[in-house]
Amino acid sequence: MIYFDNSATTKVAPEVLKTYQTVSEKIWGNPSSLHNMGELAFNLLEQSRKQIADLLNVKPHEIFFTSGGTEGDNWVVKGTAIEKRTFGKHIITTAVEHPAITNSMEQLKQLGYEITYLPVDKEGRISIQDLKDAIRPDTILVSIMAVNNEIGTLQPIKEAAEVLKKYPKIHFHIDAVQGIGKGIQSQIFNDRVDFITFSGHKFHAPRGIGFIYAREGRRIAPLMTGGGQEKNQRSGTENLPAIAGMAKALRLLLQNEKQNVQQQQSVKETIYDHVSKFENVTMFSHRNEGFAPHILCFAIKGVRGETVVHAFEKYDIFISTTSACSSKKQVESSTLAAMKTPEDIATSAIRVSLDAENTVAEAEKFNQVFDKLYAEFAKLN
Amino acid sequence: MQYTEIMVRYGELSTKGKNQRDFVSRLGGNIRKSLHNFPKLEIYPKRDRTHVTLNGEDSEAVIERLKQVFGIQNFSPSLKVDRNMKAIHEGVLKMMTDQLKPGMTFKINTRRSDHNFEMDTNELNDDLGGFVLDHFPEAVVKMHHPDLILRVEVRNNGVFLSSETIQGAGGLPVGTAGKGMMMLSGGIDSPVASYLGMKRGVDMEMIHFFSPPYTSEQALAKAKELTSHLAAYAGSLQFIQVPFTKIQEEIKEKVPEGYLMTVQRRMMLRIAVAIAKKRGGKAIFNGESLGQVASQTMESMEAINDVTNMPILRPVISLDKTEIIKKAKEIGTYDLSILPFEDCCTIFAPPAPKTKPDTERTRYYEKRIDVEGLMKEAIDGVQVSEIKAGQNFLNQNEDVFAELL
Repeated sequence: MIYFDNSATTKVAPEVLKTYQTVSEKIWGNPSSLHNMGELAFNLLEQSRKQIADLLNVKPHEIFFTSGGTEGDNWVVKGTAIEKRTFGKHIITTAVEHPAITNSMEQLKQLGYEITYLPVDKEGRISIQDLKDAIRPDTILVSIMAVNNEIGTLQPIKEAAEVLKKYPKIHFHIDAVQGIGKGIQSQIFNDRVDFITFSGHKFHAPRGIGFIYAREGRRIAPLMTGGGQEKNQRSGTENLPAIAGMAKALRLLLQNEKQNVQQQQSVKETIYDHVSKFENVTMFSHRNEGFAPHILCFAIKGVRGETVVHAFEKYDIFISTTSACSSKKQVESSTLAAMKTPEDIATSAIRVSLDAENTVAEAEKFNQVFDKLYAEFAKLN
Repeated sequence: MQYTEIMVRYGELSTKGKNQRDFVSRLGGNIRKSLHNFPKLEIYPKRDRTHVTLNGEDSEAVIERLKQVFGIQNFSPSLKVDRNMKAIHEGVLKMMTDQLKPGMTFKINTRRSDHNFEMDTNELNDDLGGFVLDHFPEAVVKMHHPDLILRVEVRNNGVFLSSETIQGAGGLPVGTAGKGMMMLSGGIDSPVASYLGMKRGVDMEMIHFFSPPYTSEQALAKAKELTSHLAAYAGSLQFIQVPFTKIQEEIKEKVPEGYLMTVQRRMMLRIAVAIAKKRGGKAIFNGESLGQVASQTMESMEAINDVTNMPILRPVISLDKTEIIKKAKEIGTYDLSILPFEDCCTIFAPPAPKTKPDTERTRYYEKRIDVEGLMKEAIDGVQVSEIKAGQNFLNQNEDVFAELL
């Protein structure tokens, strides 16, 4: 089996699963309980938070646990909208965000907020000039993803941060769900960012857990109100087994980061160098430094993405049409549409997304199968 | 960036004339204690400044710790390089890459105590200024009030580069003002009072009253954790725990409700004074602030103070609650203080304590309990331990957790 769909989700690491199980069996008290069992759970919760904060070089009280990327995105967008509604109702984001952002924005639009979607170029990247032009006195939030989930484009977040330094009151959010452990932490954790969203299951933690970074002193309204957990910012009994598991997963992810990034880059290049030679192939992701090392998106002209996914599946190779979240709906990729890709090519797009465990040998196997399938597809045209 | 040494400058204590030597050696000792978990450090206290040689220890962590030591006005981390131009250039490049942001103005300030060095002061200024401009074309030289001054000191044992001056905590070295006993409850006020006392040079010892089973192990651990936190400013602190259950039960049984709290506080103060006398303490410190709650009216203070003539110092006496909270957040004790564990001041708190207790009546009611006997018993049960900065009490499962995480 070759699993090339790591941007959809990753397999829970065995060490992480072990932590999950041990915590579920032995430290299952409610962290809010006053007795010893609660105390123990509370301490593990805070220790997990500290470990995550230390790994990312931030303060423990700047980390808030959530149920995952979608919640994090919803929280920062709507929480800012509520918190800062008296200061303005204008929000800037990009045309290529994950639906967790886009659909939150659309919901806010219904409530009277104005949303500016920054357009992207042929590589799926926004222009800094557009960002500068879009900022208004009533802008309250700028939300930009670090790594595009469909084609892997790195957005110019550092440059955006420089621009936003002149507007210290605007909240700056980065959706880093696809950006963690890919060698770009220093760009994500720049000195201007206020909020960052992360999701555990993209780096071998279980589903249903994630966290946001919220810079000290920056406030957003809570969406989950209740028992006052997470300093009253996100109520609900803490998912401690998953939180501890995620803290471990993050440690494992970052301990050999440099080497792992190189590994993914060489797997990506092996496939890129092979498939890009074919006449009917259109590459959306590229080899240059403007793209993440783990996502490769391309199309075979005239063959629907879904057909290609199923064809590879017969060889036990798992890839996806663009984003897993929208791949079951019959819509073309929103990122590719924003890049003004003609519709017939966009519907042919497929995504290969990697992890440090993937090897060059797997990439070579993929290439062999690709040759075979390409020849078969050619007969269809 | 990683520095090789740190030069520490003194503030107030430079003016202290003949006491200066004591002050300097006390400060040296405090620095050493505060940096106890960096074994490779070498610390050289001198009359006008103290040199800290890092020998590869993490400079950022050391800097963070130094910011908390009282008696330091400011300090400059520096980079020691070999005495040749190539090494100097490399060092300058490293520091400027770290600190010179586009558009910043700078100047080079060279001092040369070794006059045999190949270039003189002006030549060095000239050479290094040019070197920086070559590598950072956006930088601008400015002689008056530049954003960044790169100090270059050529000495016999090497060339020292520094550019940052970091503010220290100020105040006087802990210990230079003598010993005081702090009545530490675990609330918000007493840690702030401890901090302020230590800042004036007091060698503070923490007295904590605990009443098991009415107060939990966690409440005791919380007081110790607060002490460990405050120890960062002093190196280490003595923690004195006094068993208080028996006294509280006795008072509860025999004293009218309105006077419970007053008599209880008098007992605490008597015990604190007895411990102070035994251990060479010259004053009692507490976290009382005027007019906050029942025990903190002037009448109440008078009735409690009645048991001793040892000075009772109240560093936060005139601060508002909001000011105290602000300070607590600044020194990082606030989050600990608000952990919800009952302490011995709250468990037997009557619903309506006398806010204006009468001293005569307090004395009268107090005769109902065996003051001497109870005190002796409590003092016999005292336990003293040394608590160092960074020690962990609230979370003792760290090792178990390490495997999980």
